[in-house]
Amino acid sequence: MSDPHITIPHCPAPLAAALRLVPLAPLSLSLTVFARKIARTSPGLFQRLGEYRQTDFVLDPVDLPIVLCLNPNDGRPKVTLTRGRGKGVARISGPLAALLGLVHGAFDGDALFFSRDLVVEGDTGAALALRNAVDDAELDLAQEAARLSGPFARPVQQLIALAERQTGLCLTRPEDAVVW
Amino acid sequence: MVMEIVCPAGTPAALRAAVKAGAHTVYCGFNDETNARNFPGLNFNRSEMRDAVSFAHQHGSKVLVAINTFPRAGDEAIWHSAVADAETCGADAVILADLGLLDHTARTHPGLRRHLSVQAAAANADVINFYADTFGVKRVVLPRVLSVPEIAAINAETEVETEVFVFGGLCVMAEGRCSLSSYATGLSPNMNGVCSPASHVDYSEDQGVLDARLGGYLIHRVDKGEPAPYPTLCKGCFTAGSQTGHLFEDPVSLNAEQLIPQLQKAGVTALKIEGRQRSKSYVAQVVRNFRAAVDALEAGRPMPEGMLARLSEGQAMTTGAYKKTWR
Repeated sequence: MSDPHITIPHCPAPLAAALRLVPLAPLSLSLTVFARKIARTSPGLFQRLGEYRQTDFVLDPVDLPIVLCLNPNDGRPKVTLTRGRGKGVARISGPLAALLGLVHGAFDGDALFFSRDLVVEGDTGAALALRNAVDDAELDLAQEAARLSGPFARPVQQLIALAERQTGLCLTRPEDAVVW
Repeated sequence: MVMEIVCPAGTPAALRAAVKAGAHTVYCGFNDETNARNFPGLNFNRSEMRDAVSFAHQHGSKVLVAINTFPRAGDEAIWHSAVADAETCGADAVILADLGLLDHTARTHPGLRRHLSVQAAAANADVINFYADTFGVKRVVLPRVLSVPEIAAINAETEVETEVFVFGGLCVMAEGRCSLSSYATGLSPNMNGVCSPASHVDYSEDQGVLDARLGGYLIHRVDKGEPAPYPTLCKGCFTAGSQTGHLFEDPVSLNAEQLIPQLQKAGVTALKIEGRQRSKSYVAQVVRNFRAAVDALEAGRPMPEGMLARLSEGQAMTTGAYKKTWR
């Protein structure tokens, strides 16, 4: 029997410390723009949310001093970073690495729930819909960031790859293994 | 003949992952109450199903469409259209449980292959042969309450193919007849496609202690660091008299990987993996694992050791009824 416990890396302390000082309004605006770009390339994600397309979600990376409030807003998502608990009907908490791993399909949400690396509070149906919609969307945040960087795409990709190696965070979508 | 691996897919991405990982067959459902995994954000609309079947066929895999809930009186048309649409989408078979729907499908879609869902709880050769003779059922998914010798006894008395669960959530009830979820929520897997519907589940964590409530009833409390179970009543932890414990079943997952050779000898055609509610990551890992196992069996190599504990409910696994040690 294999060891069921794998270690989810925690966000490096210097990054967490820096986020205590960074002004959050411009960061929130940038993330909103980024999310809307993704929305344009992944409209199916919002259809899959069904009745939760206008629900307020709180994504809480427990190793960071901020939370991310997300409203899908029926395809025009709005992202707000805050240093409080944030307001939303559904809260998904876990290390940043776990949340990013879910976005990129590297981890199984139920397995993270069994191991207590992930905690769901509030409207469980909404949290489940978001998780399933994101899992189906096959997002790659690094690729999206590079695409938005125009002529700087290559250095941005290299920077992300370096950050991934240094932090252990899952910043890109792993390739599917193919048997053919 | 290589045993067929039948894999779950809750989303088109999961289906593609299953096919890429080597699934011979994938089962999935429409995004409504006609299938027993009717959870938020899951399942396929008609267009997605058509594309999914096309993708699977291009890569040599089959697609089975589960239409395995029991039609509500007056609303049978929802289930009838699901069967018709599955055929239009090119599905290789439909997985049915209800007698009326089986009859309807046999009469109006005679060319569409019919499998009997585990929801029908067909657990002996007489009833399986009845389904085959009356409705032309070609395969039966056996309930998870049979031992390997009992499965062998069934196969000795029927020509119908048998498919058995080998991995995933372990339902210990007579499936299709369990109403536990209804008592707490008013919704059941049989009629609404949801066991412990997410809309009725509430988690709260306080100082590391996680409480799970279903329909307002506290059904689990796990301490800091303890694995969390699914919020199902059959795996709930209850106090009765002076004793507190899992009265029906411990929160564990089925893993019959090491029993595959015995299941083959017992005449089983296909090995089913539970988990349409799980992610594409789960699907890919489990499919790769079981495909390697059946390929090893076919080639006469030793069975590989599994790596699936982390994916299991309660992070613990059992061979369930196949060995009958838990009864």
